[in-house]
Amino acid sequence: MPHVVAADSSLHPFTDGLSEFDVEADTVRRLIAALDRRFPGLGEHIDRRMAIAIDGEIHQDAGAVPLSPESEVYLIPRIGGG
Amino acid sequence: MTDVLERPDNQAALKVVGTRPVRPDGADKVTGRATFGADFSLPGMLVGKIKRSPHAHARIVSIDTRKARALPGVKAVVTAADFPDLASEEYEAGESASNLRDLSLNCMARGKALYDGHAVAAVAATSSAVADEALDLIVVTYDVLPHVIDVEAAMAPDAPLLDETLFTEGLETRPQAPSNIAKRNQLTRGDLDAGFAAADVIVVGRYTTAAVHQGYIEPHACLAVYASDGQCQVWSSSQGQFMVRTYCAKVLGLEASDIRVIPAEIGGGFGGKTTVYLEPLALALSRQSGAPVKMVMTREEVFRATGPTSGAVIEVKLGAKTDGTLTAADVVLKYQAGAFAGSPVGAGSMTALACYDVPNFLITGYDVITNSPKVAAYRAPGAPIAAFGVESAMDELAAKLGVDPIALREKNAVRDGVKAAYGPTFRNIGYIETLEAIRDHPHYQAPLGPHQGRGVAVGFWFNVGGESTAAVHVGEDGTAVVVTGNPDIGGSRASMAMMAAEVLGLPIEKVRPIVADTASIGFSMLTGGSRTTFATGMAVTQAAQKIVADLRRRAASLWDVSEDQVAWLDGAAVCLDHTKPDLQPLNLAALAAKAATTGGPITAQVSLNAQGAGPGFGVHVCDVEVDPETGNVTVLRYTAAQDVGKAIHPAYVEGQIQGGAAQGIGWALNEAYLFDRDGRMENAGFLDYRVPVASDLPMIDTIMIEVANPRHPFGAKGVGEVPIVPPLAAVANAVSHAIGIRMRSLPLSPPAIRAAIDAG
Repeated sequence: MPHVVAADSSLHPFTDGLSEFDVEADTVRRLIAALDRRFPGLGEHIDRRMAIAIDGEIHQDAGAVPLSPESEVYLIPRIGGG
Repeated sequence: MTDVLERPDNQAALKVVGTRPVRPDGADKVTGRATFGADFSLPGMLVGKIKRSPHAHARIVSIDTRKARALPGVKAVVTAADFPDLASEEYEAGESASNLRDLSLNCMARGKALYDGHAVAAVAATSSAVADEALDLIVVTYDVLPHVIDVEAAMAPDAPLLDETLFTEGLETRPQAPSNIAKRNQLTRGDLDAGFAAADVIVVGRYTTAAVHQGYIEPHACLAVYASDGQCQVWSSSQGQFMVRTYCAKVLGLEASDIRVIPAEIGGGFGGKTTVYLEPLALALSRQSGAPVKMVMTREEVFRATGPTSGAVIEVKLGAKTDGTLTAADVVLKYQAGAFAGSPVGAGSMTALACYDVPNFLITGYDVITNSPKVAAYRAPGAPIAAFGVESAMDELAAKLGVDPIALREKNAVRDGVKAAYGPTFRNIGYIETLEAIRDHPHYQAPLGPHQGRGVAVGFWFNVGGESTAAVHVGEDGTAVVVTGNPDIGGSRASMAMMAAEVLGLPIEKVRPIVADTASIGFSMLTGGSRTTFATGMAVTQAAQKIVADLRRRAASLWDVSEDQVAWLDGAAVCLDHTKPDLQPLNLAALAAKAATTGGPITAQVSLNAQGAGPGFGVHVCDVEVDPETGNVTVLRYTAAQDVGKAIHPAYVEGQIQGGAAQGIGWALNEAYLFDRDGRMENAGFLDYRVPVASDLPMIDTIMIEVANPRHPFGAKGVGEVPIVPPLAAVANAVSHAIGIRMRSLPLSPPAIRAAIDAG
């Protein structure tokens, strides 16, 4: 199942300090829903403040993006620009 | 001089993409015909102006507007009482979420003025003179409070508090007392102590930067109409008409669907026009007066009340083996946010070590509110500041190890397959090629004279994609119009036209790009994050591909063959059915002439949420000469190499690299917000806030490294932000080598350099 890394410290209040976990999901939307079930409030935090890097590629607002069982998923702060 | 280095697999047979046509907005701009934010007028239009706080921090006891309202010619006066008192709520309208309460309070102070120049009231009058007189007649009673602007002073436990309800986010336990530290973020990997224990050499440095402004030439300007039926129109200069629409609706409590925003030409943005200042006030004044209201900031207002980016303190500790291999890095970033939370320290943290493969690190960022204008995005927000610290420390490490600074960076460089410090694994990056390009460039080997020094530095930016819409309409004469919703701040119109022309097989002169208003094209995120040529370009390309598919269908219908027997080659439908050798190709004009009989107008629109923006890397080398008597720095030579994906319009890419380098040089040498003891800005004008001008700089040579981004149809990636990341450290490293003294505080003004030389 996809391996999720939550290295950013803003996530740790939701995850009780846990930085890595495996989550059963085949799309980003289902991943966020599963994370919210496991860590209440984390889903909304991800929706508002986080981007998701899947196998090295950064996605923002991309719920339909598929995940494979081998996917490496990083939760990182959303990126704006100038 | 510009070099373009391509990988062999990137040599597609392109006819338009990669060429340098005349820019579509060129004639309008050089003849003065282009209409910028201040150029719009309507009958009965009033002049809107803002009364601003003269205090850096003060409680607003009362605002008496009676005399101003009584002045003949004054048609409206608004204060915070005329705007809804919004709850603290994050809302996504631009690229990332903004706090609507903070946004509203920054447009118009409520209860407290938080910086010199903070708006406290606004008027609309029949003339500029009457508006000025009305501002003088507004009586604001203040209770002046202690202020704090320096970032570390603001972090102190006994600092004056800007917001007594603000408790630091991101700590292990909820703090017991409020603080000006809005947030702490950390990124970590490995075992920091073990990493430093394994090091043979350690360098430690504390670096500082001053707040600097984006310095766009065009001040903020808008014209707004609030009609009696509640329908609103706004003409304004911004980086995103949809962003202006949403923020105006939220600040005023209106429906976004009741507001139409028409984008003006934009005279520079650099991130500073990704929010609103004037537009909600102009609409409120128009609502009250029943007349159109135009507002144009003075340069002084631009400095005092918009932008800038953070002043900061950066602490860096690096550990390395004697062969130069990094073993550990500890980076602390303290960024001013200005009056409301939201400095770019998050991006600074993520980019600080993005160029390096470091096994053990800790990056800690602090977002600190201060009595200065709320910071706004500025080109690669947060990254140049972090890079100044890390790249200066890398230079110190190279000197301590006695190794070449480029070789040190090559040894520790990230490559495809390496995990970035901010998490994801890099793929399809051109960083090594970019380092090699500088290493092998004649500039890097050129001899230096007395009092001269050479500095190198590297930089990184993520680039982003996001939501974009584009439409392509074919005219009856076989030309095409490309419609997007992204203001053109860096040449995107030319790129849009070129990508469409490439797909359609048209000469570029037959494709006209326009930027449409919010009622004329589907939603697009604002122009920022180096996203437009990548993301909106993807939408344009797909829309043009839909047109081609439609044209093939129409030709097949006319020829009575199946669609798979029609190819689109060199701008014309060609029949592949060898049983019909007499059929001549049908070009776009021929097919457009028969549009009515083949299905009607030829048009296509695509909306998408682009993913896969590839990150960019830059490597800069700078030669300076320092006058030991005056401390003045002359930049002698500057070369910038960048991993650009595929340059759609190379001259524009070159211009982006040169522009970013020029702004970074100004940041390094001259620019700074200066405040007096009362917290008032002392240099709110271009005479005293000195940006580099053409005569200050040499021609900046560029090297474009083309490693195609596989997620874009032409291999493009964002290019506008990377080039401002390395210059701060490249210049500082050069100056440090020229005078033999490590310079760790920006700007490197002549007095600062003289003081360093005098101190030995």
